[in-house]
Amino acid sequence: MCGIAALQLKDPALRSQLGTLMHGMLCEIVERGPDSAGISVYGDARLNPEGVATVSLLDAGRPDGDIAAALTDLLGVPATVTTLGDTTLASAAASTDELSAALRIAAPGARQIGRGDSVATLKGIGDPVGLAEQFGLESVSGTQGVSHTRMATESAVTASGSHPFTVADDLCLVHNGSFSNHASIRRTLKAQGVEFDSDNDSEVAARYLATRLQAGDTLPEALENLKAVFDGFYTLVVTTADGLAVLRDPIACKPAIIAETDQWVAMASEYRALAGLPGIEDARIFEPEPGEVYSWTF
Amino acid sequence: MDVLEETVVDLASTPVRELNKALHEAEPGSRWRVENPRGAHNVAVGIHEDIRVTVEGHVGYFAAGMHQKGWLEIVGNAGTGLAENIMSGTVHVTGSTSQSTGATGHGGLIVVDGSTGARCGIAMKGVDIVVGGDIGHMSAFMAQAGRLVVCGDAGEALGDSIYEARIYVKGTVASLGADCIEKPMRDEHLAELGDLLAAAGRSDDPADFRRYGSARTLYHFHSHNTY
Repeated sequence: MCGIAALQLKDPALRSQLGTLMHGMLCEIVERGPDSAGISVYGDARLNPEGVATVSLLDAGRPDGDIAAALTDLLGVPATVTTLGDTTLASAAASTDELSAALRIAAPGARQIGRGDSVATLKGIGDPVGLAEQFGLESVSGTQGVSHTRMATESAVTASGSHPFTVADDLCLVHNGSFSNHASIRRTLKAQGVEFDSDNDSEVAARYLATRLQAGDTLPEALENLKAVFDGFYTLVVTTADGLAVLRDPIACKPAIIAETDQWVAMASEYRALAGLPGIEDARIFEPEPGEVYSWTF
Repeated sequence: MDVLEETVVDLASTPVRELNKALHEAEPGSRWRVENPRGAHNVAVGIHEDIRVTVEGHVGYFAAGMHQKGWLEIVGNAGTGLAENIMSGTVHVTGSTSQSTGATGHGGLIVVDGSTGARCGIAMKGVDIVVGGDIGHMSAFMAQAGRLVVCGDAGEALGDSIYEARIYVKGTVASLGADCIEKPMRDEHLAELGDLLAAAGRSDDPADFRRYGSARTLYHFHSHNTY
């Protein structure tokens, strides 16, 4: 069992409330996964300033100030580095590739667990609500976000095993379920040169989607391909800079409920996570059909 | 006309356990209204007196579980496992329900005005279920007794490994599961379907439905079924 809560705000007037709304949703999915959690937020001016790339690190290994100074030297532009709980966020007015490469030198032992121009990913172990407070979730604004509470079943409870998996620029995946053929797909991807951050089965799905998107698939096409290749139980939420998608496996044991109004679209493991959203009384509420890809773009 | 006194329980301020305790201790014939369920789990489980309860809003998992007596209406949607193991009485949902609606139900009546998710009536043992809309895949899986009425369409593998139980579907059936076959509608079936539709407050014509049930070929072990 894991908990998922995702929210895309279509109405710009609501975007200053993204963090507050996500916090309310997260509090209702804690019981589904109390061991660790992660949050990805798109378009927050503090976490992701315009024209600035952000990379999330675990086990940064050096004080924030030292990493920032090294990055500034390497990139020739000012860099900011902030540690929030287990996660360290590094930002600079550079491309994500340049920032990522500089971080391999500036923070050589660190794991890079998120990257993008629009997204900031924060992960940690322990009480999800405590983590949300460490991350300052309630003060976050932005266009969309996804949070995940994990009840680990197939790999260790670690920050790197927490979701979301943000494995390519602005691409996040969260998963409730378990894949049964992830090891063989991991081998195939490794043979193609793909590198992994963890032993987690969900990361394999994220890496697979990244390769499909790289090859030119649209997000719905990439998810159709995932459905054909992956075996197991899953409810997936995938977000990109452009939008959000939901897919349940054809057996559909894992829950998902979607609510949509003109102002927002939200998906959660359980209705109670949606109950506090503004205008929920008049929302269109439905369970996504098994095996069907749903997507929303801005 | 006398207006019966109604007890109101607001789940915004009362824990579900307190609600359920109060319902278990309720006087026969009493009326209850539950407000602000906001998707809470286990709402109104184990009612065992002849009372009337209305829940105003959407509920979470296992609402009306083990329902033994009385009448419960949910004005909204219900999550996984609505009225699981219902024994008798009536549970009515005005919206839609998630998977495993009425699982293992022994008796009573479940009415869902909207649609249900997968596995509706899984392992049903005597309950009657009337669904106004569609039902998901693997519904009536291993059903043993009771009646399942579907006024919309049924998903894949309807009635897989069914023992007994009668299934009536007005719309299309995506596919039938192992050992589930279409059977003729005789007068007694039209009559019992008419009664069930009337009990659910529906005006559908029984003649528009088709009946499905067990071919009874899986009752006994056959050596050719070994691998």
